[in-house]
Amino acid sequence: MVTLDKSQKEILKAASEFAKGEFDKDQALALENANAFPHDIWKKAADLGFVGVHLPEEFSGGGLGMLEACLIAEAFCRKDSSIGMALAMATSGAEGLVRYGDADQKKAYLPRIAEGEMQCGFGFFESECGGDLAGVATVAEKKDGHWVINGTKSHVWNGGAAGVYLILGRTDPEASPGKGLSLFLVDADQEGLTIRDAERRLGGNMVACADLVFTDVHLPAANLLGKEGRGLPQAETIIEETGILIAGQCLGTAAGALDRALAYVREREQFQRKLAAFEVTRQKIAGMALQVEQARLMTYGAARCGDAGKGLDRLGVMARITAAKAAVAVADEAIQLFGGYGYMKESEVERFYRDAKVADLTLGGTIHLKNKIAGRVIGKIK
Amino acid sequence: MEILQYTDAHTDFRMRLRSFMDREVVPHIDQWEADHKVSRDVWRKMGREGFLCTSLPESYGGLGGDFRYGVIGIEEISRTNHGGLAAPLHSDIVVPYIASYGNASQKEKYLPGCASGDIVTAVAMTEPGAGSDLSSMVATAEEDGDQVVLNGAKTFISNGILCDLVIVAAKDPAEANPHQAISLYLVEDGTPGFKKGNQLDKMGLYSQDTAELFFSDCRIPRANRLGDKGMGFLMLMDKLQQERLVCAIMGVAGAEFMLDWTTTYCKEISSGGRPLSRSQAVQFALVEMATDVNLGRTFVDKLVADHVEGRNVIVETSMAKYWCTELGSRVANRCLDIVGESGSTEACPLVRGLRDARVMSIFAGTNEIMKGIAAKFMGL
Repeated sequence: MVTLDKSQKEILKAASEFAKGEFDKDQALALENANAFPHDIWKKAADLGFVGVHLPEEFSGGGLGMLEACLIAEAFCRKDSSIGMALAMATSGAEGLVRYGDADQKKAYLPRIAEGEMQCGFGFFESECGGDLAGVATVAEKKDGHWVINGTKSHVWNGGAAGVYLILGRTDPEASPGKGLSLFLVDADQEGLTIRDAERRLGGNMVACADLVFTDVHLPAANLLGKEGRGLPQAETIIEETGILIAGQCLGTAAGALDRALAYVREREQFQRKLAAFEVTRQKIAGMALQVEQARLMTYGAARCGDAGKGLDRLGVMARITAAKAAVAVADEAIQLFGGYGYMKESEVERFYRDAKVADLTLGGTIHLKNKIAGRVIGKIK
Repeated sequence: MEILQYTDAHTDFRMRLRSFMDREVVPHIDQWEADHKVSRDVWRKMGREGFLCTSLPESYGGLGGDFRYGVIGIEEISRTNHGGLAAPLHSDIVVPYIASYGNASQKEKYLPGCASGDIVTAVAMTEPGAGSDLSSMVATAEEDGDQVVLNGAKTFISNGILCDLVIVAAKDPAEANPHQAISLYLVEDGTPGFKKGNQLDKMGLYSQDTAELFFSDCRIPRANRLGDKGMGFLMLMDKLQQERLVCAIMGVAGAEFMLDWTTTYCKEISSGGRPLSRSQAVQFALVEMATDVNLGRTFVDKLVADHVEGRNVIVETSMAKYWCTELGSRVANRCLDIVGESGSTEACPLVRGLRDARVMSIFAGTNEIMKGIAAKFMGL
C-alpha cells in the first residue's frame, strides 16, 4: 500500500532484526519499573547507525530523511514500545540544530548526538501557558553581550539526561506575544540550570522527563539558535518534525500491540474455540489492523512531505494525533483481547497502552493541537 | 426525586465512613501502592467500626443493612482514588456466598470474623486456562471419606495474599457435565497443600494483592463444602448479578471522581492567560462527560433500587457493567486529554484513575461476556 524503495525496506528490516536481537522482554520490564534509560542498547544502536539516521552525514548522521527515521522508530517500538521511544527520542530537538544551527553549533553537538555520546532535548512548553507557546514567560535578557535566562520549562523529554537543550525564551518584552521569542542552546552543565526531577509517569518511563529551572543562566551571544525574534516559528517547525517522529513511534507501538493480540487470539481457546474464530474477535482485529494502516499512511505521508520540505505547518501534528490515537485504541483493544493477562505487566500490551497514551499527550494535547490545525486551515477571519 | 432513597441512617453511615477514609485510608494509600498491598490493620479497623459486611445480620456482627450500605462503601472507597482495599469484594461479593449458602456451623465459624475484619476473604474461580469460559475450569475436588482433596491452580485472585479464607470452585472429575461438576469449598489459609503464589505485577490496582493460588493434594474436611454438591456453577451465576452491579457502581463512581477533579483543575489552571474552563472546547468536553456520567449514574441507581427490591435485573446489570466500566476508562482518557502532558505524571490523580479503571472492563466477566449475556436474554 505504501511503497518503500529498496534501501528503505532494508533499513526497516535491519532495524527489526536489531530490535529482535537486542531487546529483551525481561530487561524491558525491569528498566521500565526502574524508570531507567536503555543505555547499552542506545550505544549499540548508535554504533550501527540507527540513531540520528536523519541527521546530516557530515556530522556523523545517516544523511537520510525523516521517513527513514520513522521506519527505525516503527521497527523499534513494534518490538518494544518503551525501548523504542527511548532510542527514538534520544535525538529529540536535534532537527532544530540541523535546521537553524550555524556551522559551529552543528559541529559542536550533532556528531556527539548522532554517535550516541549525547542526548538532546528541547524545552519549549511551560506549565503556565500549556501548549500556547506565544505565552512563554521564560525571559532571555541581553546584558553585556550575554544572554541571561530566567524561567522554568516543564516536561522536557530527556530533561536531566541530555547534554544540550534547545530553549525558547522571550527576547523582546515589547513585541506582541507571538513575536520577540528566540531559541537558545543551553549546555546541561550550565551554571544556573537546575533539573527538577519529574516523578514516574503513566508511560514513557525509559525516557527522563523533568522540568528545567533557569536562574540567571548566562549564555554567550553565540548560543542564540537561528534568528533573534524568530523563535516561535522555528519552535513550531521543530514541533512539526517531532510530531512526525513521534508518529513513527506510535505506528510501531500500534503494530506491536496488534502483533501480540494476533498471536494471543490464534493461540487462546475459550468455549472450545480459538478466540480468533469468534466473529467479534475478528471484527476487533480488523478494526485494529485498519487503524494501524491509517496511522502508517499518515505517518509515512507526513514524513515524505516533511522530507520534501512540505506540509511542515500541519502534517506533523496531524500525523502525531492520528498515530497516537491509533496506538492508544489498538493497545486498549489488545488488553481487552488478552483479558486478565492483558492487565498484567507480563503481557506487555498494558505498557504499550501506557506508552501510547503518554505519546498522545505530547506537544500540547489534542485540544491545543486541533486549535493550531484550525488556525492553519481556517486562516484569518475577515 | 432521587432514584435511590437513602435514609438518615444511610447518610450517617456515609459520613462516618467518609471520615474514616480521610483518617485511616487516604494518608496510607501511597505507601500501600508502594507495598503492593494494604495493611491488615485497616481491615480490622474497618471491621471494628462496623464498615465491613453491612448486609450480615447483627447476630453475626453485621448491620443487617440492605445493599445501599454496600453501595455507599463502594462509592466512598472510589472517592479515595485507589482500588487496593477490596472491602466491597469481601463484604458484598464473597461473604454473601457464605451468608446465603453456608450451613449454621459454617456461618457461626466464619461470619463474625468476616464482619470484624479478622478474616479477609477471597473467591477463586478463574484459572490460567479458564477465564471467560468458567465451565472449562480444571481444578478438581475429589471426595475421600470425610475429606475432600483439592488440586489445581487459580489466578488473578483479588486479596490473594492477605486472605484468611478462600472460596474455591473446583470440579468433581467423575461428573461429565461441566455445569453440574462444580462445587464450592471453604479453604482456610495455612491448610497443608494450599499455597499462595507470587503477587502479580499489574498495570494498576497496585495496592491490591492480586495473586495466584495453588492447591496440591490439599485436604479439607468435607464439611467445608459450601452448599450442595454440583451446585457451584449455579451459585456463582446467582451471585454474579450483585458482583457485576458492584463493578458498574465502581465505574460510575470512578468517573465521577475523575470528572470532579478535572473540572476543578480546569477552573484553577490557566492556559494562554485564561482558565482552561473558559475554553469552549474544554467546556463542551466537560459537559459531554458530565452527561455521560449522569446517564451512568441514573442507570446504576435504578438498578440498585431494583436489586434492593429483589428484582431480577441480570440483563440490565450486564449492560451496566459493560457500559459503566468503559465509562471509567473513557472519562480517564478524555480528562487526561484536557489536562495534557502535565497530567502524565503519577502526581496527577487521573493517572492512577486510568490505570485502575482499565481492569474493570475485564474482571467479573469481560465486557464481551456481558454483551453475550444481554444478547441471549434479548432473544437474539
